[in-house]
Amino acid sequence: MSNTDNQGPLWEVFTQKKAGLAFKHSGSVHAYDKNLAIEAARDLFTRRNEGTGLWVVKSEDIIAVAPEDSESFFEPADDKIYRHPTFFEVPDGVKNM
Amino acid sequence: MSENIEELERQFQEKIDNEVKIEPRDWMPDGYREHVARQMSQHAHSEVIGMQPEGNWITRAPSLRAKKILLAKIQDEAGHGLYLYSAAETLGISRDTFLQWLHEGKAKYSSIFNYPSLNWADMGAIGWLVDGAAIVNQVSLQKTSYGPYSRAMVRICKEESFHQRQGYEIMAKMMAGTKEQQQMAQDALNRFWWPSLMMFGPHDSDSARSSKALKWKIKRESNDTLRQRFIDKTIPQAEFIGLKVPDPDAVLQPDGSYKTGEINWDEFWNVVKGNGPCNKQRLDHHIKAHEDGKWVREACLAFAENQN
Repeated sequence: MSNTDNQGPLWEVFTQKKAGLAFKHSGSVHAYDKNLAIEAARDLFTRRNEGTGLWVVKSEDIIAVAPEDSESFFEPADDKIYRHPTFFEVPDGVKNM
Repeated sequence: MSENIEELERQFQEKIDNEVKIEPRDWMPDGYREHVARQMSQHAHSEVIGMQPEGNWITRAPSLRAKKILLAKIQDEAGHGLYLYSAAETLGISRDTFLQWLHEGKAKYSSIFNYPSLNWADMGAIGWLVDGAAIVNQVSLQKTSYGPYSRAMVRICKEESFHQRQGYEIMAKMMAGTKEQQQMAQDALNRFWWPSLMMFGPHDSDSARSSKALKWKIKRESNDTLRQRFIDKTIPQAEFIGLKVPDPDAVLQPDGSYKTGEINWDEFWNVVKGNGPCNKQRLDHHIKAHEDGKWVREACLAFAENQN
């Protein structure tokens, strides 16, 4: 008996829990085309009212930062601490800021 | 070169010690990769094979309500298998390869599913005990060090607690029923109690792989710790509805935990090795279902190719 790899490509599934919330990665499904992918995603990830919105995207179309690049990619943010409100001194007694 | 590996291993262990999750493209020792792949695929196979003993009773459920609930539960098991296969695939092994390893007998699934489900009371015992044991294990695994596995566990735990209640409700109803129904419930407990305790695996002292898995935080708690937690939860649940676990040595200790008799490990290893009552039937059925679906996969693939 031999199995060939014929489960179809992998798709990443994103669900939106409530209108107004950000879409969040839920997991992935195998499917042969986008229609089957969205149906499989519905069956698998919205069995308990988890969704008001659903996206699927082919995994191979996602561009991700490689772990070995993450330092050079994200570190420049480290020396710009003035982007955070806690950087600034607010005189005692000033309210609502 | 070997120094480099040592350094990578040191950094890896440091991440683990600091509770930083490992993600698919991070460096990891080969042993870690193998252990996580084996454990996740075994877990996935268990969910999927676990559909069979319950599927056996869908058409014979005693009411429409019971039938709908059982269907929903089995659909969940399929879903949980799919979450876990996807998580396992992040290690670069294809779904078909995992299935092939299952069919060739290279990959295992939980031995509990090699016991037959003889009557409706078994649906109660399976939901209450088998899912109950699985939940104890899975709650602990939510904190596993491999990110995709951990996320799958969080999702599964959210969904799984209804399964145990579904089983316990069946048992409670039977215990409130006729004498025959009570006997059926007790008989189901008698048959599923020991195999449920075996689900946690060998004693810590006999579990070769455990120490590494604990060091890497793939497993967060030992087999015996988890088993004891399950025992301590379950015995009072049994007593509450008038059932008695089939263990003459079970005694409540002053600290609130139960001391229990020794598990029949010969039976455990015998079933693991393939000699349980239903090993062949379970695997044959899975292979047949997979083969029967072959033309659907091929047609879908051909259709998708034509669309391009």
